[in-house]
Amino acid sequence: MEDAARLLQLVVNGAAAGCIYGLIALGFVLIYKATEMINFAQGDIMMLGGFFAFSLIAHFGLNYWIGALLAILLTAAFGFALDAVVLRRVIGQPQFAVVMLTLGLGFIFRAYAGITWGYDSVGFETPFTNRTINLHGLILGQDNVSIIVGTVLLCGVLYLFFSHTRLGVAMQASSQNQLAAYYMGIPVRTVFSLIWAISAGVAAVAGILLSPVSMIDVNMGFLGIKAFAAAVLGGFGSIPGALVGGVVIGIVEQLAGYFLPAGFQEVTSNVVLLATLILRPQGLFAEIAGKRV
Amino acid sequence: MRYLFKTDYRQDITLWRHRGDLFWYGLLIVVLLLIPYVLSEFYIGELGGVFVFAVAGVGMMLLAGYTGLISLGNAAFLGIGAYTEAILLAHGVPLVVTLPVAGLFTGLFGILIGLPTLRMSGLYLAIATLAFGSIVGTVFQKWDAVTGGFDGFPVPTPDLFGMPVQGANGIYYLSLFVLVVVLWLSANLLRTPLGRAMVAIRDSEISAQSMGIHLARYKTFAFAVSAFITGLAGALFAHYVRYLAPDAFDVLLSVQFVTIVFVGGLGSLHGVIFGALFVRLLPQFIAIIRDDLPFGIGRMPGLEPSLFGFVLVIVILFEPGGIYGRWIKMKNWFQAYPLKRRTSFRRQKSYARSERLR
Repeated sequence: MEDAARLLQLVVNGAAAGCIYGLIALGFVLIYKATEMINFAQGDIMMLGGFFAFSLIAHFGLNYWIGALLAILLTAAFGFALDAVVLRRVIGQPQFAVVMLTLGLGFIFRAYAGITWGYDSVGFETPFTNRTINLHGLILGQDNVSIIVGTVLLCGVLYLFFSHTRLGVAMQASSQNQLAAYYMGIPVRTVFSLIWAISAGVAAVAGILLSPVSMIDVNMGFLGIKAFAAAVLGGFGSIPGALVGGVVIGIVEQLAGYFLPAGFQEVTSNVVLLATLILRPQGLFAEIAGKRV
Repeated sequence: MRYLFKTDYRQDITLWRHRGDLFWYGLLIVVLLLIPYVLSEFYIGELGGVFVFAVAGVGMMLLAGYTGLISLGNAAFLGIGAYTEAILLAHGVPLVVTLPVAGLFTGLFGILIGLPTLRMSGLYLAIATLAFGSIVGTVFQKWDAVTGGFDGFPVPTPDLFGMPVQGANGIYYLSLFVLVVVLWLSANLLRTPLGRAMVAIRDSEISAQSMGIHLARYKTFAFAVSAFITGLAGALFAHYVRYLAPDAFDVLLSVQFVTIVFVGGLGSLHGVIFGALFVRLLPQFIAIIRDDLPFGIGRMPGLEPSLFGFVLVIVILFEPGGIYGRWIKMKNWFQAYPLKRRTSFRRQKSYARSERLR
């Protein structure tokens, strides 16, 4: 019984961490599906979102929910501007130019955050901090549960948005076929910038949900590397795949940390990534069939 | 201005365009050989560092600039080369043997990582090499029976024909020698059918394939050569730092190598030198002007990486040819003066190439 409870707890913790990976991966996938760019700065945008929330809640003393909402909107606006000002210029350049560009942007964001908020970890009081739920002897932290619930809610909202609103359908259309979308009168460039805004907003949600579990600090953007594994496992281009991939990675990582000797936990996500690329490059949920000549 | 009158097809692939080239490069070598008698030891050490990074940059350039494969894991190759060199020297193997062995052993790893990644292109390759790099980095930290873990690994002072290679001057001459050899080999490689095949793959995989180029074979070769050269650079790096710490070979170092290639100018060996000068000397430059900057900007932590990121962004947005491309443009302006036309270097309008199949 003891072991089973311990195992379940590990799985829940892993799933919570995995939801964060999944949310970051969701940002990658949204952008990749639309513009075929990869945003290596996604993790750093999450970090910025976390810091925005920290400023609003801890400095200006706003209510948690209002502060979080404002921080998400702020980050989304930032994502919109990022695409409209910088990323739009490199369309048509070789793909790895974009990789390097976003890597460089990540450096700038990290330095900016370091100069503005300092290099120490910070945190703010949330309704979930240091509280637990007791389910028949199974003790779960509310922070972890809030991550899982928040992710599920966010996914529901995104699903409804993409399938039931005009803008959401326009986004799907522009991702599927740019030219046809232009012909139908969709302002594709604005729509792409809005997709960047959404993915930045999702990253901010991840940062805010993560803040009670691990503090906010300048280097939290490196989680983005693990989120790559999630996105690749899910098949880079499939939205449910990104989330499932994230949860799988999170759980595998927790279990590896428990059962395998020290040092294995850090490499699990990378090993899973390489194994996926070698054994099943199209990922679990393949959507992209091949290469157009 | 000199006009080249070509009378032979071989002139297209000669190493020197004309005798003037030979003269200027020879003069550069002589100057570089004499520099240690003029400059202070500190600057010679820094120049040695530039040479080490330039060797690694050549490895990156052959891969990214000439074959079009991006790797974010070259720091792992550098680390493998460095540890191989240090461990072999600690077992008493002479430098003449360890240097090539470090390169070859790293080349083997290049083939290993090259083979499975051949099926990937662009983004997937960048992600896969990133993962490979961080796995190797973790192995360096945890496998302390071999690498000494976080205690570090002291690099013995090597002997070359009875003379100890030590101090700034020793590293300077050793890495200058390796750099010249590597540059000469690469320049020669690029004019063989092998090198031409690599460039063809960069420009279009599909047309290269339809011309009969075996993609898997040449891509693996490019990885192997890149890893070999980076391994050599790693061996030099081991002597340069003299004490190996496992966390030196992280993603940031890989990013520095890619920065060398991008800032210097993709697709030119000259660019490697410019890029290495930039990457190694920028921190020194910041250190010198640090106290003179207004508003205490100079004392802000994180100034250096943000400048790197900033320059990278500026270069990609405004001058994809890098420093070398800018140099060519300046040269052209003077040569054509006052007849420079605005359209001379206008960039062709380019469109996103989709990788999807619908």
